[in-house]
Amino acid sequence: MHGFANPKRFLALAAWLTPLLLVSGIILSAGALVWGFTQVPPDRLMGETVRILFIHVPTAWLGMGGWTAIAISSLVFLVWRHPLAALAARGAAVPGLVFTLICLATGSVWGRPTWGAWWVWDGRLTSMLVLAFLYVAYIALAKAAEREGVSARIPAIFGLLGAINIPIINRSVVWWNSLHQPPSITLGNSSIDGIFLAPLLVAVVGFSLIFGGVVLARMRALLADIQAEARLRRRAMEMD
Amino acid sequence: MKAKHQRLVLVVLALAALIGAALLASYALRNQASYFYLPEQMEADPPEVGQAVRLGGMVAPDSLQTMADGITVTFTVTGRENSAVPVRYAGILPDLFVEGSGVVAEGRLAADGTFVADNLLAKHDENYVPRELEGMSEHQAAEMAEETTVGLE
Repeated sequence: MHGFANPKRFLALAAWLTPLLLVSGIILSAGALVWGFTQVPPDRLMGETVRILFIHVPTAWLGMGGWTAIAISSLVFLVWRHPLAALAARGAAVPGLVFTLICLATGSVWGRPTWGAWWVWDGRLTSMLVLAFLYVAYIALAKAAEREGVSARIPAIFGLLGAINIPIINRSVVWWNSLHQPPSITLGNSSIDGIFLAPLLVAVVGFSLIFGGVVLARMRALLADIQAEARLRRRAMEMD
Repeated sequence: MKAKHQRLVLVVLALAALIGAALLASYALRNQASYFYLPEQMEADPPEVGQAVRLGGMVAPDSLQTMADGITVTFTVTGRENSAVPVRYAGILPDLFVEGSGVVAEGRLAADGTFVADNLLAKHDENYVPRELEGMSEHQAAEMAEETTVGLE
């Protein structure tokens, strides 16, 4: 693990991995969406609106996956003091928020025709909205820690604390009566017909690759920021 | 003990305490955080007459009837056990509202035990099946209805 803690080695790896992840992710996602939007038959009850599934589910999973990544990176940063782990956590925050917001928006659009309501305050929807707020708070906190010179440990601790929401989102439809349906896909089991499941899984892989590419790109940008600042500081010292 | 290990132990202890706290909180919220009453819950522990609550369950097959005025419908909502609550609703039915499917009714319990709904929400189950497979056997359909109430503890 320490091998990748070296920023130079990380940058060399990220330089070719970033475009690779982004391009393959975009191709897979676009393919999955075209497949899902044009080739798949309508659902027995929901009809054409079932196609929202191919955006809603991958973005929901990645919204939760993003915070899981923040939590793991924060743990690594707090315990092993890996400088890159803090950057990884920060890099995952913005794409995580974007995917969570897409999930909430597509869910709302889907809820209107299927349930008859744009929004309801049931366990699943509420805990997902809380996740979006957690992301906003994390981003603000990380920005503030960087600008005000506060220890990077504060956002890392917050990243760990917020992780408690992830199992709550996951279990919300099992623990409590909710309008949102219970999980369709559990370990090794799926109540989604194969005809919908195939494009869905391709979309999940594609969206995940995009997510990974964006995280790497953001980490490179953050590293470049740090280097530029260090160089400016050095030059200012020389001028004195 | 190295500083690194000390930090690891500290973080693990903090996480364990946090998870314990969250589990206790969710357990305490078990009933309050539920979005609706099931028919058996409503029968066992009925809410006050006139209090705004939600009732969720399955629309019993062959129970849907339209009244003489043409907009008021009555049907029975059943849960997992052999309990049923009669519901009256006047308004437009959601597209997915069908007998044998899940529903959440917002409204209040009337003095005669009927649930008077102001609003109906259709509850979708976790099954996604294309139209071609619609002609399922009775057994499969019953299984599906059973699964719709999974998680409605």
